[in-house]
Parts: sequence; C-alpha cells; structure tokens
Amino acid sequence: MAKTGTTTAKKTGKRFKMTPREKNECIWGWLFILPTMIGLIILNIYPIFKTIYESFFKTGDFGRGNVFIGLENYKRILTDGEVWQSLLNTFKYAIVEVPFSLVIALLLAVLLNRKMKGRAAYRTIFFLPMVAAPAAVAMVWRWLFNSEFGLLNNLFGTEINWISDPKIAVFSIAVIGIWSIIGYNMVLFLSGLQEIPRDYYEASSIDGANGIYQFFHITVPLLSPTIFFVTVTRVISALQVFDLIFMVMDKNNPALSKTQSLVYLFYDYSFINNNRGLGSSIVVLLLVIIMIITVFQMYAQKKWVYYN
Amino acid sequence: MERKEKMINVLIHAILIAVSITMLVPFAWMALTAFKTVTESTSVDPFVIFPKVWRTDSFVEVINNMNFPQLYLNTILLIAGRVICAVLTATMAGYAFARLKFPGRNLMFSLVMFQMMVPGQIFIIPQYLMISSLGAMDTIFALIFPGLVTAFGTFLLRQSYMGLPKDLEEAARLDGCNIGQTFLYIMAPLTRSGMVALGIFTAVFAYKDLMWPLICNRTVMPLSAALAKMQGQYSNNYPQLMAASLLACIPMIILYLIFQKQFIEGIATSGGKL
Repeated sequence: MAKTGTTTAKKTGKRFKMTPREKNECIWGWLFILPTMIGLIILNIYPIFKTIYESFFKTGDFGRGNVFIGLENYKRILTDGEVWQSLLNTFKYAIVEVPFSLVIALLLAVLLNRKMKGRAAYRTIFFLPMVAAPAAVAMVWRWLFNSEFGLLNNLFGTEINWISDPKIAVFSIAVIGIWSIIGYNMVLFLSGLQEIPRDYYEASSIDGANGIYQFFHITVPLLSPTIFFVTVTRVISALQVFDLIFMVMDKNNPALSKTQSLVYLFYDYSFINNNRGLGSSIVVLLLVIIMIITVFQMYAQKKWVYYN
Repeated sequence: MERKEKMINVLIHAILIAVSITMLVPFAWMALTAFKTVTESTSVDPFVIFPKVWRTDSFVEVINNMNFPQLYLNTILLIAGRVICAVLTATMAGYAFARLKFPGRNLMFSLVMFQMMVPGQIFIIPQYLMISSLGAMDTIFALIFPGLVTAFGTFLLRQSYMGLPKDLEEAARLDGCNIGQTFLYIMAPLTRSGMVALGIFTAVFAYKDLMWPLICNRTVMPLSAALAKMQGQYSNNYPQLMAASLLACIPMIILYLIFQKQFIEGIATSGGKL
C-alpha cells in the first residue's frame, strides 16, 4: 500500500517537474498536431460514431426529426433480399478482380524486373489507367461493351450483352476493374522485387534451376510480405467498389440488381432515397465485413507469409 | 544457348506489347470516337474504325455546353485546396509524431491509425450533414472539406521524418534554433520528396473522387461529377461523351507523362489507399 503510494507520488511529482526543455517540446508537439487532430476528430472520428448512432434511427421526412427504431434497420438489411444480393455481387466482383489483377500484375512485374529495352515505356503504359478519371474510364468501357455498336462485339463478331446480361455483367465490370488496377499492383510488386538480392537467382542458376522454379521457390516466398500487403489492400478496396458500377449501370439496366454493390446501395439509400438511417446501417455492415476479412487475413498470413 | 535466350526475349516482348495494346486500346477508342460523327460511331456494316474526316465538332459542342473552362477551374481549385491543406497539416503533425516527445502522443497517433483502418464511406453521411448545416452546399469549400486534413498523409510524412538522421536536429538546436525554426529551416526541407509524394497522391485522389462531389453539390462540379451528370443527359451521343471524357483525362495524362517518376512513386507509396 505504502509502496504504491510512493510510486504514484513519484510519478505525479515527475509529471509536474517537467524540465523546461520537455515543457517546450510538449507545447510545440501539441501545436504541430493540433490542426490535424482537430480536423481528424471533426471529419473522421466523430462521424464514425455518428454513423453508428444514425443506424439506429429512421430518418425523418422533411421537417420531422429522426425516430429511434433500435435494431429495425439491421433487421431490415439482414432480411432484405436486395442487400444480400448486393453483398453477393460485391463478393463476385472482388473474387474476380483481386486474384486476376494480382496474378497478372505479379507476372508483369517479374518480366519487367531486369535490364531490358523499353522497360520504362512499358511501365508508363501499364500505369496509365491509374491517372484517368474512373468516370471517363467507365464511360469508354461502356462504349466498348456496347452490344450493338461496341468495338468488342464488332471486332470479335460476338453478340454478347456484356453489361446488360445479368449473368455476366458483374464480371464485365470486374474486367474494367482489373484493367484499371494492374499497373498499380505491378508498381508495388516491382518495388518489392527490387529488394530481393540478385545473388539468390545467380546461385540457383548455377545449380541449374530454371525461371519457373526460381519464380516459385525464390520470388514468391521472398515477395510474400509485399504480396500479402497488396492482397489485403486490394480486397478492402474491391469490397468498396462504387464508381464503375455507378457509371456503367443505368438505372433501367436489367442487370442492375445483379451488379449493384454494397456501397452502391449505401449511396442509393442514403442520398437518392434519403433514408440515411438505413444507409448508415449498410455502411456499418461493410465495416464489420471488412474487419472480419482483415482479421482472417492477418491470421492466415502466419501460414504463408515469409518474413526474414 | 544464346538462341534460346533470344527466343525468350522475343516472347517476353510479345507478351508485354500485347498487354500494352490492351491498356492503350480504350484510350485510342475514346479518341477515335470523339472525332467521328454520330452516324459513323454507330455504323455497324461497315464497322468504322477511323473517322473519314477528323471532326472537332463534338469537342466544340461539349466545351460550350458543359462549360469546360469552369469545370477545369473547379477541379484545379479542388485539387489545390486539398493539396495545400494536406501537405501543410500533415508535414507539421508528421514531424511532431516522429521527433517530439509529449504526453498524449501515442493516443493521438492511434487515432490517426484508426482512421486509416475504417472504410471511407462511414464518414460521408455526417460530413454531408455538416456541410448542409453550414449552408455550404454547392461551394468549392464543400468539395475540399473531407480533405482538409489527412491521416494517411500524417502517417506517410511521419515515416519520412523517421528516416532522417538525428544529429542534424541536435546541431540546429545547439546553434540556438528553437523547435519551430529547426522544423521549418532544417527538417521540413529534407522531406521534400515525401511532401511531393503526398501532394501527387492527394491530387490524383481528389481528381478521381466521384461520390463526394456527386453528394455535396448540384452546380459547382469538378470533372468527374460533370461526366457522370453528362452521361445521364446525352446517353447516345457517343462522340460527345468520348470527347468530354478525353478532355477530362488529357490534363492529368500530360502531367503524368511529364512527372512520371514522381507520379508512380507518389501513388505507389500510398500503398493501396486509392
């Protein structure tokens, strides 16, 4: 008892006896972080709680206040076929977009990770979609996909309803997603590859290993931290897909219900139908899903990510 | 052996060229369509690839109808506002988090990290309610609003300050600089590449952002939201839609081609946040 008493006294004593230098540092430190912290609390931290809070309310119509309805919004989204369908659409999109964009990007990065003619030019071209506005990208792809006049059907002589056939529309949109993100993933992989020592490859070449063997036994294991990191961030942003679906799918497109994503539904409920309570509960659902997947990935990384 | 190597080399180039074509075709098609007439763009038999006459009518039309100069100005103001705010606030906070010791530092930094882990849509409804209760809808300020500060940027610049040697700072202090002067004259200039990376990342992110501009205004639009609105109005005039898309993309593409290295590094350091 007496012992804890003295340590507390010591601690508080130390706290009040900040040296002038420490005091000075404390003042400057807080001064420097103050603008960021004020902004962060108002723009981000408070909104997190506000959104969770709103999800328990029914948004009042013009002039009327919000009505507390407890878990009604959650009951509704969990029993609503539209929400489940959009969840399925989002997963379908992610399951196509993420693996394809990762694998293609990884292969391109490996091909580019050496001295060769045109290396910089290839990199510049592959990265180009990253600096184009998604609204413009979606518009041109919608035009390429056009079933009557589009380049794709006319070039290949097919008659596919790329974006109005409910069975394939979500995958067509995933193709746009893959095309847009390959260059970005590739650049991240390239910077990871540059950290793998050349000698590993040279040594294994002397031992007679070919390129494919090296890829699976040197490149993939040593790059696994980067692969893991890129996978996690790609999964999270694929689950938040909105721009492409919003731009490609018309309100009267027959495939809309089979393509609209969770975030699309959030936008639609919150800002088109002005039911912000329901929109908030969708975004909370998204938060929970992303957290579960992230925790799962963190757990799974122990099985395959190799840190030296 | 050498022949085999040559073969492999040719094969690799063939793959890379095929991918390059895939990346470029949509842009090329955008440009080709923009110079066509509506009839040419919807001609199937024969299918027209190159316009007979390279017409600029669609460009003139959309520049006037959509008031492109105004859209460019709005986009520039949006980008400039966000970049200035982000770089200023984040460079200060990044320095304090990396180099100064003060009570509450770890707690505040965990708030920064926390912000980066939640999906961005969770902020949007409250931000919209704030803007509308401030009566600031349809203003440039509303466009800039969510980007006034940046958790990601703070994190990024903290990293660049942590990489700097300690002795510089101590030497400056011994010479009688206070913390503010040390930061301003010695440390901040050394993180220029970090600031450039953050600036480019912020600019591209602001340029690409679609949902927030759609929500916070009906009249003061940046390029992205204006394209979305236009698509609803001229849904079948593809030469005009493509002309507008091209006009929206060209400035950023030109900047990218000039500052490639900084762009790729800047966006790549964002680590998936885009």
